Amino acid sequence: MTVPGAWYLTLASILFVVGAVGLLVRRNVLVMFMCVELMLNAVNLTFVTFARMLDDIGGQIVVFFVLVVAAAEVVVGLGIIVAIFRRRAGATADDISLLKG
Amino acid sequence: MDWVVFGVSAAVVLVGALGVVTSRNPVHAALSLVGTLFGIAILFVAQRADFLAVVQVIVYAGAIVVLFLFVIMLLGVDQAENLEVDPLVGQRPAAVGLGLAGLACLLLPIAFGKWEWLSGQPSVVGPAHTGTDPNVTRLARALFARYLLPFEATSVLLVIAVIGAVVLARRPLGSERLDETVREEP
Repeated sequence: MTVPGAWYLTLASILFVVGAVGLLVRRNVLVMFMCVELMLNAVNLTFVTFARMLDDIGGQIVVFFVLVVAAAEVVVGLGIIVAIFRRRAGATADDISLLKG
Repeated sequence: MDWVVFGVSAAVVLVGALGVVTSRNPVHAALSLVGTLFGIAILFVAQRADFLAVVQVIVYAGAIVVLFLFVIMLLGVDQAENLEVDPLVGQRPAAVGLGLAGLACLLLPIAFGKWEWLSGQPSVVGPAHTGTDPNVTRLARALFARYLLPFEATSVLLVIAVIGAVVLARRPLGSERLDETVREEP
């Protein structure tokens, strides 16, 4: 009665695409960042599913490393966002397209 | 029973993900993100990745989302965003079309049962389920033997992230003195 891995992979693909579309559509920098987290989680789910399907602990090890990198990424990304918002309040992704201060 | 667990948590995950993308208020988006992360944790448990499910709840729902909410509140950007206007004409249909095309590409190998195209060789590191060892033991054995060097590298990465966050969030020295004089005046 276990759910086949293909269902989990399908769910992870849908989650990844929802995150990617959100990243393209939204203009609020914080919400775009959350969409990146959605995509990371979709990939984590894929890794765990393959760890089960192939009976290999390596997939779970990769998820462990992805979690660490995601934590570091959030810290640095939110630092950048705080630095941007201190310069100009209420900035969206369209307002910071110049690559200069 | 497994199907019920999968169905409920898949629904929670997808509703949360759509909530992140479509909610106008960033705080609501962060709360929807918590729902998605919990659903993913349940799916981890359902696939017997117990340690990762716990870490998922503690690190993601406990630390990362709180950090998001903290920044939202700190910056005061919790006002609703107007989603009616399309900033670039035709960008949204293009994004959705691109997403659906990507989804079709992702689902193609799964639909044909050729997921080996995505995953590569089976059983490289060690068994995840066969045998009697608990999940944490297997993870630790692989992590502290075969993957010890990457594990040490992550500690360096975390130190770099901490230093980067401090450097980014620090005010320049001049503006700090300005704040102090303003505070002392009255």
